[in-house]
Amino acid sequence: MDAKDILGLPKTPLPIPQEKKSRPQKDSQRKPDGISREVYALTGGVAPLMPSIDVSQLKRRPPSDEKITWQWLPFTSSARKDDLQLYHWVRVVNGVPPTGDYSFAKYNKSVDVIRYTDEEYEKYLTDPKWTKEETDQLFDLCERFDLRFIIIADRFPTHRTVEELKDRYYSVSRAILVARAPSPGEVAGHPLVKEPYNVTQETERKRALSMVLSQTKHQERKDAEVLAEAKRIAESRMAARAAEEPDLPVPSDVGPESAEGAVGPGDTISPANVQAPAAAIAPSTSVIADNASTLASLRMLRVYLRTYALEQMVQAASSSAGLRTIKRVEQTLQDLGVNLKPKVPTKAVCAEHLELRKEILTLLNLQKQLQYKEAEGSSFRDGSYGDMPGTAKRSQRAADQDRTFVPDTISFGGDRVVKREQKRKGPGRTSETPSSPAGAHKRPRKMKASDL
Amino acid sequence: MVDTSLWKKKDPDQPEISLPTLKSQRTKMGKSEDSEKKKKIKDVEISVPIVYGNAAFWLGKKASEYQSHKWTVYVRGATNEDLSVVVKRAVFQLHSSFNNPTRVVESAPFELSESGWGEFEIAITLFFYNDVCEKPLNLYHHLKLYPEDESGPMSTKKPVVVESYDEVVFTEPSESFLARVQNHPAVTFPRLPAGVTLPPPVSTEDESKKKRGDTKDHPLSQWFLNFSEADELLQLAAARQQVQAHIAKLRRQISLTDGQNQQFKPL
Repeated sequence: MDAKDILGLPKTPLPIPQEKKSRPQKDSQRKPDGISREVYALTGGVAPLMPSIDVSQLKRRPPSDEKITWQWLPFTSSARKDDLQLYHWVRVVNGVPPTGDYSFAKYNKSVDVIRYTDEEYEKYLTDPKWTKEETDQLFDLCERFDLRFIIIADRFPTHRTVEELKDRYYSVSRAILVARAPSPGEVAGHPLVKEPYNVTQETERKRALSMVLSQTKHQERKDAEVLAEAKRIAESRMAARAAEEPDLPVPSDVGPESAEGAVGPGDTISPANVQAPAAAIAPSTSVIADNASTLASLRMLRVYLRTYALEQMVQAASSSAGLRTIKRVEQTLQDLGVNLKPKVPTKAVCAEHLELRKEILTLLNLQKQLQYKEAEGSSFRDGSYGDMPGTAKRSQRAADQDRTFVPDTISFGGDRVVKREQKRKGPGRTSETPSSPAGAHKRPRKMKASDL
Repeated sequence: MVDTSLWKKKDPDQPEISLPTLKSQRTKMGKSEDSEKKKKIKDVEISVPIVYGNAAFWLGKKASEYQSHKWTVYVRGATNEDLSVVVKRAVFQLHSSFNNPTRVVESAPFELSESGWGEFEIAITLFFYNDVCEKPLNLYHHLKLYPEDESGPMSTKKPVVVESYDEVVFTEPSESFLARVQNHPAVTFPRLPAGVTLPPPVSTEDESKKKRGDTKDHPLSQWFLNFSEADELLQLAAARQQVQAHIAKLRRQISLTDGQNQQFKPL
């Protein structure tokens, strides 16, 4: 091989363990037949285990007994209405040029636009909104442009919308068909007759389509949210209904009842109603309904482990919370000295554990709420108009931080909570970041009395 | 699943009425008394606290490369009571490198002893009596041979013990099951809803002939761990108190801030 020559390596293959697969051609040194060595080297140089190209086929072609030449000959096409003669290369076999029409002529298809006579127009096709002239023009354009209505609308002399043009064309064609047919039954199968063009529907559909297309990302997200809420409400309704079914006159337990009560408000909320109240009520119904559906599914199991049940309930309770929140709950549990999974999961312990988790969620939500309200308050005070909750001004920030951080540091040193709040705020706060949770202790606290 | 509501509505004195309709669906029950026994109590759950895990002894001088430890994996009642009142048999699925890795234990104490060198997950399947539950339950336990503290010396006298506490919960137990275990110490009997009475228990076996199934005097019992819910409850209660206090404080702060914001709200 050339490469081996250059490197000065021995030409014989090194004694590496070779596979026992039988190779069709074991030439690794000699140049293969059919192609030159250089070309063969382009493919990698070594014969592939399974040759991708069968080497024997590369150069050999059955020597045909026909004599082929290529000639520059004139031709005509039946697709053309004139007698234009054009030239092209033609494969001539044994001196006989090919016969037949131009091979692409068969693709010259056009639409069968029905043409009416003037009498027919007088009899069936008059319309207050359309003059005969206009209708004639329309039909001419339709034939010319193969019912490409967008182009037709562009070229139409008077200003008409695409839907109007379509409507006129289809209703005229339909009327003609029906008029010309010997009996109505015969044309009933014709697509033009079967499905009339519905102008209002079409206009509406196109309007809706353009609305969807021009939606901003914001709107899209909102829509997705609403749909998700609606889906959840529908599902919880189904689950609650499934939970209700096996119930008897025997006093039913809390689960289905609370689901029933919760489904009540859920029923009055229609998915199309994108209002804040819907968003506010829906989470609570979904939480209660989640519990009901978890209980129902556990009951269906007939036998289960308490730890499994707890896991399911925890998941149901935190279904509305994001991953970050869940991590914060777990961190809080750890700070409180509670096992994330109880070591002795009795019924009482599991119930307490679940309640504790729910309370921690409430706590975190309240903390967030308080932050937002304080940021709001400080933005009002400063008169700054476009402030986001995260960019509260410096003078208020220290006070804000004190008030929000103090609860954490007092109780269980929720250090991580502190750090995360800091990260969310704007870039102008670099001076604040060095203040670690330890720093929070040292900083002069301003509003202590009301806090403690 | 057979629709249990059919059974509830029927008159207990005349089980024959509903029999013809149920016969095609019922595959296991033949006698008419069975239909009464299978009556399930709604909204009641009964639980059996169990502890499952393993104890592993290092073989010391007698240890070979492939048999360095002698271990026992087991499922016991949390208070060392006899589980065979509910558990018919336990199947321990060992690592495939063991001979006959599927080991079936037909009677209490539900345990399996082996020797080996590796730690792996053991799947324990508990099969219950028909009146208890028709579906089996799976537990998973990671076999532990080596002590957590790797630096410490391994002793042949003191085993490495890892146990997990859990409770097996049966929903809608049948009347016969409840009647049978009414006073059994292995079972946490629930409070029955008002108006539900149980038939008197039918004594099935001669108690004295039965092999002892509780683990109170088990050879390994000295190593069993103690699981007390009291500690955990205390811990949880304290935590909840703290959290509740904070919630109250935050709520006060929020209403305070709301009041302050009201003054400054742009008109």
